[in-house]
Amino acid sequence: MTQMKETPVTSTLTQNAASGGASVSLENLVRTYGKVRALDGLTLKIEPGEFMALLGPSGCGKTTALRVLAGFEQLDSGRVVVGGEDLSNVSAQKRDMGMVFQSYSLFPNLNVLNNVAFGLRMRKQSASKRRAKAGELLEMVGLSDQAGKYPHQMSGGQQQRVALARALAIEPRVLLLDEPLSALDAIVRAELRDQIRSLQQRLAITTVFVTHDQEEVLSMADRVCVMSRGHIEQVATPSELYARPVTAFVAQFVGISSRVPVDASGREVVIFGQRCPVRSGEGSSLSGPVDALLRPEDIAIAVDPEGKGFVTRKSFLGAVTRLVVQVGEISVRVDVRSDVGSEIELGTHVRPSIVARDVLIAPRKVDVLSDPATAS
Amino acid sequence: MAPGSEEITLKSNSRIHRVRRFFGPSMALAPFFIFVFLGLGIPTIAVVYKAFQGEHGGFTFSNVHDITQGVYRLGFENSFKLALLSSVIPGVLGVFLAYAILTAKSNVLRRVVLAASGVFANFGGINLTFMFIAALGTTGTLTVWLNAIKLNPWHYGFNLYTFSGVVFVYMYFQIPLMVLVITPALGGLKQSWREAAENLGASSWRYWFHVGVPVLLPSVLGGMLLLFGSAFAAYATAESLTTGIIALSPIQIGNFINGNVISGQTNAGYAIAFGMLVILSVTMIAYGLVRKRASRWLL
Amino acid sequence: MAALGGVEGAGTLASLSEKSPALEEFSSGRAKKRRHFRWWRLIVMVLAGIYFLGPLYAGIKFSLEDIQGGFSLRAIESIPSSPGFSAAFALSMRITIVTVVVSALLMIPTAIYVHLRVPRMRRVLDFVTVLPIVIPPIVLIVGVLDASPLWVKSSPYLLSFMYVILAMPFVYRSLDAGLGAVDLKTLTEASRSLGGNWIKTLWRVVLPNLRPALMSALVLTLALALGEFTMASLDLWTTIPVWIYQFQNASNGHVQIAAAMVGLVGAIVLVTIIVSLDRSRSGRRKMSTK
Repeated sequence: MTQMKETPVTSTLTQNAASGGASVSLENLVRTYGKVRALDGLTLKIEPGEFMALLGPSGCGKTTALRVLAGFEQLDSGRVVVGGEDLSNVSAQKRDMGMVFQSYSLFPNLNVLNNVAFGLRMRKQSASKRRAKAGELLEMVGLSDQAGKYPHQMSGGQQQRVALARALAIEPRVLLLDEPLSALDAIVRAELRDQIRSLQQRLAITTVFVTHDQEEVLSMADRVCVMSRGHIEQVATPSELYARPVTAFVAQFVGISSRVPVDASGREVVIFGQRCPVRSGEGSSLSGPVDALLRPEDIAIAVDPEGKGFVTRKSFLGAVTRLVVQVGEISVRVDVRSDVGSEIELGTHVRPSIVARDVLIAPRKVDVLSDPATAS
Repeated sequence: MAPGSEEITLKSNSRIHRVRRFFGPSMALAPFFIFVFLGLGIPTIAVVYKAFQGEHGGFTFSNVHDITQGVYRLGFENSFKLALLSSVIPGVLGVFLAYAILTAKSNVLRRVVLAASGVFANFGGINLTFMFIAALGTTGTLTVWLNAIKLNPWHYGFNLYTFSGVVFVYMYFQIPLMVLVITPALGGLKQSWREAAENLGASSWRYWFHVGVPVLLPSVLGGMLLLFGSAFAAYATAESLTTGIIALSPIQIGNFINGNVISGQTNAGYAIAFGMLVILSVTMIAYGLVRKRASRWLL
Repeated sequence: MAALGGVEGAGTLASLSEKSPALEEFSSGRAKKRRHFRWWRLIVMVLAGIYFLGPLYAGIKFSLEDIQGGFSLRAIESIPSSPGFSAAFALSMRITIVTVVVSALLMIPTAIYVHLRVPRMRRVLDFVTVLPIVIPPIVLIVGVLDASPLWVKSSPYLLSFMYVILAMPFVYRSLDAGLGAVDLKTLTEASRSLGGNWIKTLWRVVLPNLRPALMSALVLTLALALGEFTMASLDLWTTIPVWIYQFQNASNGHVQIAAAMVGLVGAIVLVTIIVSLDRSRSGRRKMSTK
């Protein structure tokens, strides 16, 4: 069991949050498959109307968690509470959640309208009501002109939009999305991302979104729950997660980090001659030889012929230029504004300094062969 | 390549070269097409031709007319009934069997049964007949056992050598055939459909009613059409089991070949064969159409 | 209808060894429903087992008995010496060998050629090779007997010719699937560029990769040629199946049934060998690819 690293909910929710979805509480979920612990005591609270993303590499348990929430997987122990109601004995059929699957979930024998209206049909609503509601939702996703088409006649992006409309038609308390964009190509993915997010905000539905793509997560979520091997690494807003990761895993899974070997003592480390406080979190109690995990924005450089570091690589990334700076035996990645970066040539001597408020440290990884700056 | 040979390698546009280029690649397939023409084309043409030939030559509809009457008409009716029963019953049973296999926990069982289906679907007519005679003939092994526990099927109206017996025996290769045909379709039912339906509030029954069965229906229909054609055209099993007693079109053709013809209807056999061709063609066309629909949905 | 069974079998056997999660009972956790389902499935499997294995067992048992009912190999042993059998056996063998050889010589080059050189012909071939299913043996034999000149009809190899046609759907499908599974074009180009001529390429590159397809095509052709009754009996040739049918003997049909069972069991054994060979081969192939 790990301690939960959670930051309080910030005010990114819309005003009518209370009317939208229900609160979700996952309490101590444990699920094992043979020897593998897919969920290892997972505990997470999601506020009504919040867009919570579950992020992690494959096998981390994020999909299992979602499926447990949906009712497709059994739990070995733990509780799922939605809107105050314990759902442990409620079948998936009765949980009143809308789910969007990764692909191919539209019923092939029904046209778009009937697909969207399916949940309403199961709830025995009249044909006219079903048609009206389905039409309304198709309008929301911009597909009202496709109502008569069949799934095999539509593109992947369109199919997922229909799937979204179908899930929302039943006005669920919780919306579940299982990597809905993974099977789509990049451009469609970006468009759909925005659509999903704006729809979700408009309807203020509690949403749980599973993905392995951090870009999606950073742009869409209110809060992100980073998972690894069945437990939670960190729960925070995207900016918090990015800027101040509290574990080495998060630091290296989200964004890029350079590893710098340093010595920690008394909750302080010395990097590039500077004394920096250690960030509270996973490694805060370590002392002795450790690695500091630094983001490219955590470091600043000044051109200095006496400087200890020199530039070994330069990559133009648009607004920012990424430099690899060699200081002694270590390499770090540093981002500078491109107008500044264009002036800096390879081999230029620079003086690096830490501009971050505090620094994340982790146990030292002894790996002679790999370049510390690329270890992630 | 020698320096001055560029002109020689330019593609010649003369007529003969163009013709050769068009037919050239396909020429190598000539043996195949000739073989098919000889073995398939000519017999078919002969049958169709002779079906409309009068007893003393000359075009006539009389043969076709003859086969719509009397014993030949009965033959078609019986064959149709036989094929219908031998496609619907094994068809349904085959679906259930395939469903049972695919949901079995044991991988081994599944593979064994599927492989067995491949074997049984090909069981030849003659050997099958004798196996069943050994098992369920009047003094067959199973008959004797069942008799001992007072469940002798013969005492309850079962007769291996009549219509119902033929249907019963036909199931032996029809059910496996259906299993082979429907298994890919059953496997093509996506898990996400089932879960989506459940998620939207559907019970098991409602899922099958609204999604499962409609999606499977084209494949099931296709399978049954295949079974129909297979049963309709079968000769060996029916002949060896009933020794020509029941009027069935294939058997009547057999009789005709063996010389049992009614005078004045010497070419009736060809007409029967022609009739079978028509029925089987319609069946296969229907099968093709249904198959297209099935593949559209089951991807 | 051997062709039909084979054609469908070719596709299904290869895939589908995994459990189908979509067909699982709903995860609603209602144990009672799950138990009902399990019973139902058990009943289906038991009934199927009885229907399919019962007669098989009965037939085998019958073949291993003598008239009094005790265990005896006499029925089987007396097959070879039964009047007419050796002639029928020899005839069947000759016809079968010719069928296999002609089929191989005709279909293998054709399939390879179509695959490599004229892919657009594939649709034509697909259609043509389905025709024998639409034009069944009973109809074919009528036409053949009518249209063939006497010198053709008086040769048993007319049957071989026709068996090649009957086997065509399956043989072609099998080869086509096998060719599709291997990237033939690349392989042959690689071989040619390394200096091999067409014959060497065919022999050393193409055919070895086709072995599973060739095996299953061979097996079904054998089963067809050795078990075909309709055309042989109406063409008045006494092949093994015809002999079995016509053989009358005082021993209560034991010999007939024994011969029939040898045929059936032989077919099962043959197919089992092929299937297991094929699986071990494809397992090896999977390991050796990147």
